[in-house]
Amino acid sequence: MSGAASSSAPLSAAAEANAPLAVRMRQVCKHFGAVQANRDVNLEVAAGEIHALVGENGAGKSTLMHILSGLHTPSSGTIEVFGRDATGWDTNAAIAAGVGMVHQHFMLVPTLTVAENLVLGREPVRGIQLDQMRAESDVRSLAERTGLRVDPSRTIAELSVGEAQRVEILKVLYRGARVLVLDEPTAVLSPPEVDELWTVLRGLRAQGDTIIIITHKLDEVVAISDTITVMRDGRSVARLATASTSPQEIAKAMVGRDVALALDARVGSASPATSATAGSANAALSIRGLSVLGDRGNLVIDALSFDVQPGEIFGIAGVEGNGQSELLDVIAGLRRAKSGTVHLGNADVTAFDVRSRADAGLSHIPEDRHRRGLVLDYSIADNLLLGQQHHFSNAMGLDYGRIAEHAATQVRTFDIRPPNPSLAARTLSGGNQQKIVIAREMGRPFTVLLAAQPTRGVDVGAIEFIHAQLRAARADGKGVLLVSADLSEVLALADRIAVMYEGRLACLLPASACTAELLGPYMTGAA
Amino acid sequence: MILLAFVLQTIRIAIPYLLAAAGGVISERVGVIALGLEGMMLAGAFGAVLGSYYGGSAWVGLACAMLAGVIVALIMALCTLRYRADQVVVGIAVNLLVIGATRFFLRLSFDSASNSPRVDGFGGEGSGLGVMASFSNPIVWIGLLALPVLGWLLFRTPFGLRVRAVGEKPEAAATLGVPVRSLQLRGLLLCGILASLGGAYLALDQHQFTDSMTAGRGFIALAAIIFGRWMPLRVAAACLLFAAAETLQIQLQGAQLVPSQFVELIPYVLTIVALAGVVGKSVPPAALGKAQ
Repeated sequence: MSGAASSSAPLSAAAEANAPLAVRMRQVCKHFGAVQANRDVNLEVAAGEIHALVGENGAGKSTLMHILSGLHTPSSGTIEVFGRDATGWDTNAAIAAGVGMVHQHFMLVPTLTVAENLVLGREPVRGIQLDQMRAESDVRSLAERTGLRVDPSRTIAELSVGEAQRVEILKVLYRGARVLVLDEPTAVLSPPEVDELWTVLRGLRAQGDTIIIITHKLDEVVAISDTITVMRDGRSVARLATASTSPQEIAKAMVGRDVALALDARVGSASPATSATAGSANAALSIRGLSVLGDRGNLVIDALSFDVQPGEIFGIAGVEGNGQSELLDVIAGLRRAKSGTVHLGNADVTAFDVRSRADAGLSHIPEDRHRRGLVLDYSIADNLLLGQQHHFSNAMGLDYGRIAEHAATQVRTFDIRPPNPSLAARTLSGGNQQKIVIAREMGRPFTVLLAAQPTRGVDVGAIEFIHAQLRAARADGKGVLLVSADLSEVLALADRIAVMYEGRLACLLPASACTAELLGPYMTGAA
Repeated sequence: MILLAFVLQTIRIAIPYLLAAAGGVISERVGVIALGLEGMMLAGAFGAVLGSYYGGSAWVGLACAMLAGVIVALIMALCTLRYRADQVVVGIAVNLLVIGATRFFLRLSFDSASNSPRVDGFGGEGSGLGVMASFSNPIVWIGLLALPVLGWLLFRTPFGLRVRAVGEKPEAAATLGVPVRSLQLRGLLLCGILASLGGAYLALDQHQFTDSMTAGRGFIALAAIIFGRWMPLRVAAACLLFAAAETLQIQLQGAQLVPSQFVELIPYVLTIVALAGVVGKSVPPAALGKAQ
């Protein structure tokens, strides 16, 4: 344990007295080349508890769990599962010993059926043929027993995200897992689906299963866990009993200092345009009758109209895949609308290309920074230049003097770390990569900002910074369109909130009237 | 009778396509682009002639053909599976390598730059079977059965389930303890064997090896795979369609109705038309060609 441990709780009396430890990892180290992902990590999980493994992105949580589930071999340290030595085993040994991992990105074969995905690797056979009937009946009875209801004969591609996750959990249970590891299981779920997941997990705990849940969302930790291990910089820094701690204490252990929790603070909603019925006369961004076709030629946005006022953060919440991505694409100029118009201020930009829109005052923080926000192998300076290169050239080509000057300023202003503009973007943490995108898009004149999933996969410190930037843009009179799958983020920042469901706005309300409970049904189409 | 002759000729022409396409389907189903089919066929053709000439029997030729196909498949496996080289580049390189290697060994073994001496085939010519003679050739039967058997293997057995999983999402298969690399290797080897049988059929049917004698048949097989959307029975139908077009071309050429150059175009035009969307969107296995 490092000296930075802010607090620690001994194992609960019950766990020490009778239940053996389900998992005990001692002094585990793991490095990938020069990168030290885990340093002397200690983890103790009692049998039959829900244990939260929390920490910022890059704290080493996933690496530690990959070691536990046999995907990585530790560089040093020991692992015991139910008292048996398990150091350096492979996935098959982990599965055999009852450790099953539900990965953050679904490990399902989309073209196969639910039953086929479950039995893959240990298929029931009749003669030399696959016994399809038995596969389906096995899966059906397992689904009944655990309450994870899903039709075994459907293909994965037909399932909703929530159903796919149920299949993932069933998959590890089918292999007889008694220790379930879930890596950020709620990242893709709507609030009702999250509640359903909690019910399932509590049911499994009641049956005696042990659950380790990786997360960085504090409300989840408090809602579901019995015990918490906090990781920071590859070390385990605290072990806490959920009942006797607070979100503030957990956050402090994660970051190593006090943080203002975005969830508690709704600052500056006293902006001029909080009315849900604001007129369009002076709107910063105005969408009228927009219909858009998706990649498969189906209508994904259906006659959508709304305005974003200057000095307003307009939040769009909703489960991913309800047309948000296509909406962003159309506003940014990356996709053509079937019909309808997009206005920036008074200018009709419907026919403009991406660069003309940028010059007309549109800034865009794309939802996937790796695919669209950055060229990972370019330097910070070059990434800051992307799309702006025509403003940084002279008769001879690019003006490197001005580029370097610009980069140095932006790195300082937006606190990009490490502060060396010549580093490749790939080498930075998620939060600092996102700051590059934000510096590029917000460090130039603009009137409208599209902020798509602005804090996805970034750490708590960077979230704080990014939220402050968005609020500053609002205070400066910019129109901000915030699209986020993280409902608490939309609730914390937006002045007006719309929920997008199947290509329409299911509701549009002033933020002061919104709660997660109120919006949840709109997100699933239940309201 | 004309119809029967047409059908029989179509089948004869289709056999190399059926075999190569069967190999290609399994290769692509485990995620390895089957660009090396042409090379595997050519190696099989040369192996068959070499074996038949020195071994004195078409059966020895068959064994040597399969060995040659396995060697080419192993080279591809080494480059793509072990060293993660780009599959397209490796596929093209292997095809060029085999053209050069067969030329080299042709000169070394038979002292000729163009063709081998006559070798024994599976015969049938003198057997009094007439037009049915082709069916005494075991490769014909293997060719006719390859894709239906492959269909059963892919969709009715645990092996097939694993193959499909590996081609779609290898990382998911790996987390379930499915040996991804070993399945890919087996898929490639099976592909080499099947494609080389296609080549062996060509060579033994003509009783000799001629330089670059496969003449793009591996690529037509690849087109048939895409046309058939990686489904064995559809792929078999595509192979037969291409072969029928070729038969038609041969017959029309004899009839002298249209200039022969246009007639020769038929199979290729058909291929392009087929691939240009007549079949609808053809979705390959998701992990095809991805180094992982």
